[in-house]
Amino acid sequence: MTNQIVKMTVNGEKKEILAEPRELLIYVLREKLGLSGAHVGCETSHCGACTVEIDGKSVKSCTMFAVQAEGAKITTIEGLGTPDNLHVLQENFKEHHGLQCGYCTPGMITRAHRLLQENPNPTEEDVRFGISGNICRCTGYQNIVKSILSAAAELNAAKEAAQ
Amino acid sequence: MITAAFEYHRPSDLAGALSVLEEHGDDARVIAGGHSLIPMMKLRMAEVPHLIDLQDIAGLKGITIEGGMVTIGAMTTQHELINNEALLSATPIIHEAALQIADPQVRYMGTIGGNVANGDPANDMPGLMQCLNANFTLEGPDGTRSVKAREFYEAAYMTELEDGEILTQITFSAVNAGYAYEKQKRKIGDYATAACGVLITKDGDKVATASIAMTNLSDVPVLSEAAGAALVGTSCDAAAIKAAVAAALEDIDPTEDNRGPVEFKMHVAGIIISRAIARAWSRA
Amino acid sequence: MKDEVTREERVTNLKGLGSSRKRVEDARFTQGKGHYVDDINLPGMLTGDFVRSPYAHARVKSINIDAAMALDGVVAVLTAKDLEPLSLHWMPTLAGDKQMVLADGKVLFQGQEVAFVVAKDRYIAADAVELVEVEYEELPVIVDPFKSLQSDVVLREDLDPNAPGAHGPRKHHNHIFTWEVGDEDGTNAVIDDADVVATEEMYYHRTHPCPLEPCGSVASMDKVNGKLTLYGTFQAPHVVRTVASLLSGIEEHNIRVVSPDIGGGFGNKVGVYPGYVCSIVASIVTGVPVKWVEDRMENLMSTAFARDYWMKGKISATKEGKITGLHCHVTADHGAFDACADPTKFPAGFMSICTGSYDIPIAYLGVDGVYTNKAPGGVSYRCSFRVTEAVYFIERMIEVLAIELNMDAAELRRINFIKKEQFPYDSELGWEYDSGDYHTAWEKALKAVDYEGLRKEQAERVAAFKRGETRTIMGIGLSFFTEIVGAGPVKNCDILGMGMFDSCEIRIHPTGSAIARLGTISQGQGHATTFAQILASEIGIPADSITIEEGDTDTAPYGLGTYGSRSTPVAGAATAMAGRKIRAKAQMIAAYLLEVHDDDVEFDVDRFVIKGAPERFKTMGEIAYAAYNQAIPGLEPGLEAVSYYDPPNMTYPFGAYVCVMDIDVDTGVPKINRFYALDDCGTRINPMVIEGQIHGGLTEALAVALGQEIAYDEMGNCKTATLMDFFLPTAWEVPNFETDFTVTPSPHHPIGAKGVGESPHVGGVPCFSNAVQDAFRPFGNRHTNMPHDHWRIWKTANDLGLHD
Repeated sequence: MTNQIVKMTVNGEKKEILAEPRELLIYVLREKLGLSGAHVGCETSHCGACTVEIDGKSVKSCTMFAVQAEGAKITTIEGLGTPDNLHVLQENFKEHHGLQCGYCTPGMITRAHRLLQENPNPTEEDVRFGISGNICRCTGYQNIVKSILSAAAELNAAKEAAQ
Repeated sequence: MITAAFEYHRPSDLAGALSVLEEHGDDARVIAGGHSLIPMMKLRMAEVPHLIDLQDIAGLKGITIEGGMVTIGAMTTQHELINNEALLSATPIIHEAALQIADPQVRYMGTIGGNVANGDPANDMPGLMQCLNANFTLEGPDGTRSVKAREFYEAAYMTELEDGEILTQITFSAVNAGYAYEKQKRKIGDYATAACGVLITKDGDKVATASIAMTNLSDVPVLSEAAGAALVGTSCDAAAIKAAVAAALEDIDPTEDNRGPVEFKMHVAGIIISRAIARAWSRA
Repeated sequence: MKDEVTREERVTNLKGLGSSRKRVEDARFTQGKGHYVDDINLPGMLTGDFVRSPYAHARVKSINIDAAMALDGVVAVLTAKDLEPLSLHWMPTLAGDKQMVLADGKVLFQGQEVAFVVAKDRYIAADAVELVEVEYEELPVIVDPFKSLQSDVVLREDLDPNAPGAHGPRKHHNHIFTWEVGDEDGTNAVIDDADVVATEEMYYHRTHPCPLEPCGSVASMDKVNGKLTLYGTFQAPHVVRTVASLLSGIEEHNIRVVSPDIGGGFGNKVGVYPGYVCSIVASIVTGVPVKWVEDRMENLMSTAFARDYWMKGKISATKEGKITGLHCHVTADHGAFDACADPTKFPAGFMSICTGSYDIPIAYLGVDGVYTNKAPGGVSYRCSFRVTEAVYFIERMIEVLAIELNMDAAELRRINFIKKEQFPYDSELGWEYDSGDYHTAWEKALKAVDYEGLRKEQAERVAAFKRGETRTIMGIGLSFFTEIVGAGPVKNCDILGMGMFDSCEIRIHPTGSAIARLGTISQGQGHATTFAQILASEIGIPADSITIEEGDTDTAPYGLGTYGSRSTPVAGAATAMAGRKIRAKAQMIAAYLLEVHDDDVEFDVDRFVIKGAPERFKTMGEIAYAAYNQAIPGLEPGLEAVSYYDPPNMTYPFGAYVCVMDIDVDTGVPKINRFYALDDCGTRINPMVIEGQIHGGLTEALAVALGQEIAYDEMGNCKTATLMDFFLPTAWEVPNFETDFTVTPSPHHPIGAKGVGESPHVGGVPCFSNAVQDAFRPFGNRHTNMPHDHWRIWKTANDLGLHD
């Protein structure tokens, strides 16, 4: 079938790739753009390992064709922080042992990032419900929840200090 | 899990979408959120040589509430339904039900139009729309028509939607009623073992109207008129609820699956229905 | 030089044993820079994909690959015929059986590998899979092991029905082995004469480890140099290298196996799968790298399952509740091939730990392995070999015995625990428990949850339920478990003939930092963090200055890998022992530098000091530098050591768990209100990591107990092959867990550590199950099988008349 040019803004950079319509966004991100942080876990939109942010939405990129993302603004885990300046969520996941094998982590942090944009003061219940589209097999979530709540508190404190 | 190859179409208006549909007939399908269709394509259980993405059609999006009528564009996502303040006050049952669909990521993508149009008996919105007595607007090559949600579903994945038509919007009267959407599932992301939407209005301390619809308990969503009738005029006491549940159970025909056998589903359905009624009444 | 840092600060700076050191792995994982097998993309790499059988049992009449080969971009389609000349159409299993790599004449389970398509990319490969035409003739399907043993249908036509199998005589053409431990006649005699006997049958359902990352491999045959590199999801990379060499005929030194980052294993990545073999063959055939990564359905349908044990127990006791005997028989459903991952001499793993934490004077265990038309496997899913089955068995038998005795189950455990002074304790079924203090742990746990108060509350709830005031009931789940981990002593533990030692090799660099390489491989356990801590305490170099490397067979010393909670007990011990060798040489160097006799210096945190004159010392940094820059009489330059550790015994972690649960009898929905877990894993290396392991293990236990299963219909169709139906709980379904501990070091382990990763799963499953069953005990429940999903809980309530 016809390859199409897909233009996207990924982590703030304009990208153009050539893709067959059936190429899933996750594979294009991982293999054509070298952003291998998000992973393929279940392929049926249940596990959330492939979560990225698209136009302000948390999206399972294994259940979206790259062509559907034409014109979209995409943020992946690689766009959240830099090695010298980690995102608060990344810091808190490290601090509170919010990860083990690391396979779900990029999707989890990306999802948590959006969650905190929409709800900067979540309760534990809000966090648990908010990340319920992301499966972790290692941690039992307890420390993930702790990491996200702690990141929220830190972000809020920083916001307050700035005011 | 890789889909078969297909051509991708992304029309910017409805006429464009309809013309692609007309051109390719059975070989074309529209895609909304894609979270039902894409997995089916990946499993190669759905073959779609021409995929028509509706996301650029502005007219299919948005929620308007005017003169007591709610109009929701088919491409409105569950996430947008949940976060729309006006809709929350106009018809709060939608908020309650939409939060019980799938998981956050799926709700960002999943649309009300896709949920009602694909005819999956496990989807929550069809039963809810029957409960609300909503109308679906279908546009096709021969023009526009309206079909009641209560008359839309024929069998699993079989609906009134004709080849060449697109479901474009959903309308219903804003309901100031006691409401509840009750759903039992095994985990987040699962379909319902049993689910039930209830709307009750009150006249004094009696039930004035009652609308009771169920999800995933037959091969189509089921509105039980008899169950509603059993409540009308009562004070929604235990006996009335029991009668309504008995009537509702007469109208469903669940099948065994991994969630359990029929006997279990019938029992749980009864419990879920009675809880939904009680909760709706408490809010009436 | 004046020492401005206090001794306490020096200890803290090491981040050694007992420190909740943050994980060094997390920098890359949190930034999306983990490097998993699917992240490996080599120039010219092709993709492999399988044609799989839709049938559970069928003869393969013909395979036509013409249409697939005609597709542009398809490079090869391999079938058994292509592999046969290389003798690779079958492969040996870890259990002494053999398994088809690609269907050889017939298929024996749904999802079995039939042909391997190699193409330019995954899209073409997927299309080509659809184009391979396979003609099947369906055969009768057997999914029930009991029926299998009665059936005339021969599942394994390749086996001589009269010849013994790898574990002795076979009783029937679908029988694999009988394994017996203990004195059956003696046990029966005791049970026949006992005051009280409880019997129970229980099915521990089939499930699957289902790590979030599926299995995969990338094989790269460098024909110029004759070297094969194999990257893959291997929990035991060194064993994979040996197997790959034996299978392919490529000399072992020409094979490099690399386990990159692994996205969870839980036992699923111990075995050798047809995909690995096919990627190797395809790379040899095509001369370019070939990647194979399975999808989730393939993972659940074809790679190693866990459990599937039908267990029948008899337990006897005096009227006072002292257990006098235990009889256990297991019918083990191994599926189509016996691909269990157990030490060779243990076809049912360490199931013989089924006497549990109790002093049982006589016992017997018999296990019959059986073939059926289901996927092969039988791995230890987050547990040591079959220990979860054993602990579930005994913890259920204790509960039914308590019912029989009309006794509180906590008290019954108390009466029968092995006493502290009995350790080391020789169990009737042949194990020497190294250390334990069960009563202390038990009393601490019961006190922490106010056990008496809970029972009172439960009694009030039962009364309220009977009065019609509530439709929920309350269950108190108890479990006390003893794990047996750290396989194991080479004298009785091997895998494919390789003794189950493990290894560590350390190099200290001139500037006082170090690298240590081990034979294990982390799949999320945090080895790079915790092994450095062991070393830090042993050699006085800060953990932050020690790199830990695993998983590359070209650089790491040979080891048997990571599973069965063996990394800390075995490789952790090797690490400590290698560290001690470093320290011994460092002592000589320090003595030389300080111009005193070797015996006049002693190790102190991060230095050697002169005895009695601690102000005169040489730090490990100074010693390391000297090792490379000075000619020291009688000593070789450099500071390196290697240790291959053959453990003298297993280690026996234990713990006490309590779960408090509400059950809605009308819907069958359980709600966990409290979960308390006390673990004793001996010396605690990193409390933060231990706690994380416990949370994770308990969550997997919750899943298994409350719904996670691999289920088949009568036709052998797998009904649970997606994450819609295969229950992996989300954050919404999982409660917070309370963790606690006691410390009873292992007497034979160099640092007293016992291993912990699997304990919470082993102890957790019976605890959740017992909570469900305990809720129904006041209404007459004795035993119901897992998984306790909504409908099965509902059915229990219904069977007990609670819906009437």
